[in-house]
Parts: sequence; structure tokens; C-alpha cells
Amino acid sequence: MNAKSFKVGVLARVEGEGGFAIKIKDQHVKEVKLNIFEPPRFFEAFLRGRKYTEAPDITARICGICPVAYQMSACHAAEDAFEVHPEGAIRELRRLLYCGEWIESHALHIYLLHAPDFLGYEDVIQMAKDHPEAVQRGLRLKKIGNALMTLLGGREIHPISVRVGGFYKAPAKKQLQALEDDLKWARDAAVETVEWVAAFTFPEFQRDYEFVALRHPNEYALNEGRLVSNKGLNIPIMDYEQHFAEEHVPHSNALHSVLLEHNAYFVGPLARYNLNFDQLSPLAKESAKKAGIDRPCRNPFHGIVVRAIEMVYACDEALRIIASYEPPDPPFVEVTPQVGTGYGCTEAPRGILYHKYRFDEHGLILSAKIVPPTAQNLKSIEHDLSEFASTRLHLPNDRLQWQCEQAVRNYDPCISCATHFLTVRVERE
Amino acid sequence: MSAARHRAMFVGVGNPFRSDDAVGIAVLHFIRSGIPSDVKVLEETGDGTELLEVCRTADHVILVDAVQSGAPPGTIHRIDASVEKLPSWFSRSSTHAFGVAEAIELARTMQELPASVVIYGIEGLDFSAGTELSPEVAQVLPKVAAQVLREILATPLSESAHAK
Repeated sequence: MNAKSFKVGVLARVEGEGGFAIKIKDQHVKEVKLNIFEPPRFFEAFLRGRKYTEAPDITARICGICPVAYQMSACHAAEDAFEVHPEGAIRELRRLLYCGEWIESHALHIYLLHAPDFLGYEDVIQMAKDHPEAVQRGLRLKKIGNALMTLLGGREIHPISVRVGGFYKAPAKKQLQALEDDLKWARDAAVETVEWVAAFTFPEFQRDYEFVALRHPNEYALNEGRLVSNKGLNIPIMDYEQHFAEEHVPHSNALHSVLLEHNAYFVGPLARYNLNFDQLSPLAKESAKKAGIDRPCRNPFHGIVVRAIEMVYACDEALRIIASYEPPDPPFVEVTPQVGTGYGCTEAPRGILYHKYRFDEHGLILSAKIVPPTAQNLKSIEHDLSEFASTRLHLPNDRLQWQCEQAVRNYDPCISCATHFLTVRVERE
Repeated sequence: MSAARHRAMFVGVGNPFRSDDAVGIAVLHFIRSGIPSDVKVLEETGDGTELLEVCRTADHVILVDAVQSGAPPGTIHRIDASVEKLPSWFSRSSTHAFGVAEAIELARTMQELPASVVIYGIEGLDFSAGTELSPEVAQVLPKVAAQVLREILATPLSESAHAK
């Protein structure tokens, strides 16, 4: 197995060979099965009986790549239940922290995980031999995203200065200004990234997806908004469970999310781009135009370009926030627990991350529900693989497997938060 | 040199909510008080790009992580990564798509490996969600910790440390 491939994971070890299995019979795809492990169930149980103040830090441990997303969804859910609404500089700082996570997560996926597929390398280690400057650029971009997270979060992986109501401590303006030069470099590098990936060759493939993302009236949604889709969905996040369900499927330990009216759906950069393009910054829009990514974009392989466009936006947005920043004092709003249910849904790098908590009068968690973005994309990934593989059955198995892994990576599936996997296995009968 | 260099770095890798995956962190906590002050101690989740940064700021790196190679649980693997490539099973053990093994090999490709990199891989049994080490792994913890501490104490003073 190569370094960038999806790994056979922990539960796979217990259950035998895991991952994606594509069964082919008589030149037809007979079956596509995803066999994965989804840990949030454990975290949901672990959270019961704990105080609301612990939820952001505990759930941040679910994913090492997108801890901010977990913290943000958890904070918003608690604030929703306790009826507090941090505004102004606190809200802006949260947005800034999220920009850091988008930059680091997108840089990691574009440069270290997905680009080698497009350029024909087994992994980034092989790619680095021929494209050392690109790899260095990706690493520096990621590092700048991490630097933002370190400054606002205390430490980059699992930020610790976020709390329900705001932050334990807000950075001084000077500390943020110290990042401006790096962010300007990052913005240029992100524009170069868009040009670089737009020149890749993309498989001809598209499907009529239902894209789902948050939409906010005034900004490219990160922390707040209504859930909308290109097929008419438009609901407040508290109605999530009336429209989305988690299905148990026999071949997988994971629950697959489905939209009750239309079944499979697609979350993440491509969904946000298609639904909220009008709210991107002028530079991000210009990059998108040059890259020639049409809207609606229904080719999931273009996701790598859209990630790069979002990276341009995240750098732009971070610079905008820093330019007008004045430290909030105090850096949090007081929170008084009360009996209630709270909902949080924010745009993790990979798509919407839904949290719901029920609290007692002391702010102890009675129940928790967490739906990570990768779980929501699983059904679309299965459908993609089935359709994608059907048109490529003439390829030898190793080539087909390679291309299918590339197709799975379009979704940047998070191996630590929804899955712990995997390789695509092709079986012919 | 822009970043501060250290005589040595000791890195414990793991996720405390993934049972035996946390053994690197457990070793770190076990020996922390015995580690000299000029050795930097880092607790990492296994994000490879963080480890690349570590490689850039230390002359000697000692790292402990949980692995699944198929050996009996509790087996201690010691790999001198400065002279040998990490085995393929090492990358299979990570919760990150770009983990310890990828970072070490990328650093090697980019000629950024420190003078010495010693990796301890502790064979885990249970990697499912949970906060306890399995008994087989917990049992070898004192032995691993003692061996790792000896290795840390034996790292030579770096040039930058001499210069002080």
C-alpha cells in the first residue's frame, strides 16, 4: 500500500479486509461496498454526563485535521441551547480561526494527498523528487494555516483556547498583524495553486448531485447559516433531523446519511462553491474564472481546483479580518446553563458538521449527536464509484483501483473522523 | 538559523481516545520527569507535516508510536530511520493519511532528515475508540519507557548546544 492511499483501518483488522470493494461480474459493476468505522458513536456516549464546557475540547479529539470544526459546532450548539450569541470581534476571531483550518486542511489534501493521483505518482514522496517546489509550497501553505490556528487556539492540533461563549484569551492586534506578510504570501501561493491544479487532466465524469451547504445572507458561510441545496432544500439547522437521516447499511459499521426526500447528497467545497459562489471574494472569483470551472460544477474531480479557490478565499478573508481587528474585551460572553436542546452546524473543510446536544439545568450533557461530513458523503462516494467504474471496466485491475481511489479522494474523506481506512479492492467474477 | 534548535526532540505520538494508539503518549507521561531540560518534548497526534517541522529543528529525534505489523501485542520495534526506510506497515498504523512514516520518507527525499532519527513502534492490539491501553500493551509500558529514556539520555550534545 502506498503512503497516500486510504488505509486498511482498525476495524478492518478486526473484521477482515476492509475498505471499498467493487465487485464486477460479466462486465458490469455488481456491487460497491464501503466497510468503514465511524467513531463519533463512542464520543456521543463519552460526552453524556459531562459538562457543556468540555464538549468543544473532547469532540476536537475526534479529528486531528479539523479540530476547529468540532469546536465550532460544539460551541454554537451550546450557545444555541443557552441563548447566547457572540457577535463582533469574537465572531470575527472564530471566522479567522476557521480560515486557518481551511488553509491547512486544503493545502494538505491538495498537495500531499490528491495531486500525486493527477500527476501519476504513487505518493507525495515520489512526487517530491520531480516537483520539490510544489511540495515545499504546499507545506508552507499548510504551516501558515497552522500558525493561525496556533495563535488563536493555543496549539495547532486540538486548539485549546476556544470556549463556549468565545475565547479564553484573545490575541493582541500586533500578534495578528505579525501574520499578515505570511498570509499575503499564502494568498499569492493559493492563486498559483489554482493555476497549477487547473492544468491537471480531469477524467470526464459528472453526475446530477444534490449539493448541500450552509448559506448565510452576508458572507461565504463558515459558522452560521441555513441549510440549502440546489434542489430546493432551505431549512434552519434545527430542522436537520427532519430532513436528513442516518441509514444503517448491512455491509458497514458506519451509518450512511441520506436526505429523506432525495437520498444521496454531496457536502464540501464543491457544494459550497456551487451554492455560494456569489459570496466569494473578488480575487477568488477571478481565480475561478481563469481556472474555467463552470457552475454548477458536477465533475467531482474538479474538487481539487475548488479547494484551491477556497484557499484563496480563506487567505483573503483572514487578511480582511486582521485588518479591521480590535481585541474583544472580555473575549467571551457569559454563559448561564439552562435546560434545553442546542444545534450547531458549521462548514468543516470537508463539509457540514452537525452537532446536537440536550442539556440539563446545570449544563450537563444528557445526549449528544454528531454527524461528520464524511458520513454524509458516503452514499455519493458509493454511487460515484459504481458509475465511474462501470465506464472503465476495460482497464486492468491495478489501473482501475488507482482511478477509483482517486475518485474517493475527490471527497477528501477524513480517515480519522469518519473512517480509518482503506484501499479500493476490485474483484472480478 | 531562524528556528531554535534543540539537542534532541522526544515525540510521543498518539490519540488518547483510540485505546492502544495512545501508547506513545503513555510512554511520554511515564518518563517526562526524567527527561533533561535541554531535550524538547512534544505530544503529537501523528500529523506528518508537524513531524516535518520537528525534523527541521532538531539534530536528534526519538519518536514513539503505536503500530500494527502483525507481531504479538506489546512487541517493541526499534527502527533507526536515519539508515533504514520505515517498513510499509508503519504507515498503515496511522490515523492520518500523511503520518509518521510519510513524514520521515518525505524528509529523506527532501534531504531534511536530522542526524539521527530513532523510531519506536509499539505493537498495539486494540485501536477502537476507548481511553485504556489493552493489558498486553500496558504490561510492556515500563520496559519501553526505560529503554526510550536510556536512548534519550544517550543522545550526544548537538553543535548548537555546544555553542551555548
